[in-house]
Amino acid sequence: MATGTISQRRLSPFHAIGAVVLTAVQSVGDLSVFALQMLGCMLGSLPRRSVLLPNMYRIGVLSIPVVVITGGFIGMVLAVQTYDQFRQMGIETRLGAVINASLVKELGPVLAATMLAGRVGSSMAAELGTMRVTEQIDALRALGANPIQYLVVPRFLSCFLLIPLLTVVADSFGIICGWLFSWQILGINSFHYWFHALNYVMAYDVLTGFFKSVFFGAAIAVIACHRGFHCGAGAEGVGKAATESFVLSFVVILVIDFFLGMILNPLYFILWPSPISLV
Amino acid sequence: MTILLLSIPSTHAASLPQSSVLDSGKIQHAKGQIERAKSVLEEYKQQRGEKQAPNGDTNPHHSKEALVQLCGVSRSFHAQHVLRDISLSVGTGETLALIGESGCGKSVTLKLMMALLEPTRGEVCWSGRSVRELSEKDRSKERLRFGYLFQGAALFDSMSVFENVAFALRQNTKKKEGEIRQIVNERLKEVGLTDAVCHRKPAELSGGMKKRVGLARALVLKPEVIFYDEPTTGLDPIMSDVINELILETRSRQRVTSVVVTHDMRTVKKVADRVIMLYPLSRLSSAEPQIVFEGTSDEAFSSSDPRVSQFVSGQAGERMRELTAN
Repeated sequence: MATGTISQRRLSPFHAIGAVVLTAVQSVGDLSVFALQMLGCMLGSLPRRSVLLPNMYRIGVLSIPVVVITGGFIGMVLAVQTYDQFRQMGIETRLGAVINASLVKELGPVLAATMLAGRVGSSMAAELGTMRVTEQIDALRALGANPIQYLVVPRFLSCFLLIPLLTVVADSFGIICGWLFSWQILGINSFHYWFHALNYVMAYDVLTGFFKSVFFGAAIAVIACHRGFHCGAGAEGVGKAATESFVLSFVVILVIDFFLGMILNPLYFILWPSPISLV
Repeated sequence: MTILLLSIPSTHAASLPQSSVLDSGKIQHAKGQIERAKSVLEEYKQQRGEKQAPNGDTNPHHSKEALVQLCGVSRSFHAQHVLRDISLSVGTGETLALIGESGCGKSVTLKLMMALLEPTRGEVCWSGRSVRELSEKDRSKERLRFGYLFQGAALFDSMSVFENVAFALRQNTKKKEGEIRQIVNERLKEVGLTDAVCHRKPAELSGGMKKRVGLARALVLKPEVIFYDEPTTGLDPIMSDVINELILETRSRQRVTSVVVTHDMRTVKKVADRVIMLYPLSRLSSAEPQIVFEGTSDEAFSSSDPRVSQFVSGQAGERMRELTAN
């Protein structure tokens, strides 16, 4: 009597490693194909306002409180952690430069994106995963809608456009809270705080952070939607999709941050060749 | 008599010598009779719609002109084989019931018919045209000829009942909101729901109401074929019969073709013109076909095949012993 499954032979370690590599390559391929399909749908026609605006509200407006808290505490934590070392060197008045430069260039975009990967990304993956397991995505196809056009494109556009703006909000509150903490609690002179901040934080730094956050937003949207669309069966599958979405988004954010840093930092010296003082 | 005439080749009569018992006049007469019998048989075949398939299949339901046809379709999910070499077709106006044990591939067959899944091997045809030849856009457009009632109704959680039923109209037509409202109210009325439920969300509905809203949504574009995936599963006996009655009413009112996947034999008895039974691949040898029965519901109930009779009578029998032995 034939069985319904193919029998599996025991795998050697080499086979196992090969299987892992093949699975990883296949996953990257699946994700890339999904992203291309999404871009194709987006270039074909933009979503209706009645579909796009609710997504923008959920992803953008409702994320403001958590982004404000994230940004504010990043600024204050930076102040707490750098004050002692700077005070020992007698340069505590330069705290403004360090806090603001770190915030706008790195910590603001990365930590805000990480927070949003958890809040927005996991939520999107869980929502789409639930739709998958309850056959709502099949129902969309049965009713003549393209699920990627209807579900993914509005979410992608919302993340792509709004996560950079949310990063600006996080940076702003980080700067304000960092200053208030430094001035009121640590006793740093406000004039010196802002004098050094303005000297060492350039427009290019702000644009670098903003530019990175565009890529972070796109990555969060594509990964979360892909995980949701391809989740396994049942509640376990949905939970796994939400977790994988956050973990993969976080890793990809760090990888993108690394490579963009490698490109953008030297780019400044190519565009404006005069050297800057680091002290 | 007709068969006897056809078994005499016309050349054989022509080769008989002049001096034989049959004279030339009678030979010519016999040849004429043979030709006439052939043309009558051809005409009879055409009236029954028996078109010879390329593989010699003369089953009247396996017609190239069928609304939906599966030709040698197989489907696997990774290492799990679910369907093997399934060939069936759905004729215009009939109600086909697909029955079988849990996990035998009934719902997969339904989704293959609607091209919500791709076959691993074989071909799915819509009105004689292979689905593979269609682009995704054309497939989406053609798919509007079909309606699908999902097992759990698959209503969109974030939308109200009205928005669920109106979805296909807003997505695929340019009708004004007033006209959409009228159509939605008509569809809801046909399934026994009032506009009082229009503003409710799916989570606020009972199982029977969800199925009825799902049916209204499937009917909104007046499809030619409706697929029902276990329409009575999870419902009480009275509500199950309500759904069966709605299937019959929909068929008579809109003259649709229906394919019903079910393991509820009361539904089969009530609605089916033709029944196909699938058997799980894990319980078949490689030589045995997966379709173990095809016929009317009366024939299913009186079948001597133990697999069919066990299923329709709902007797555990040997299966219980196998499960407890494992």
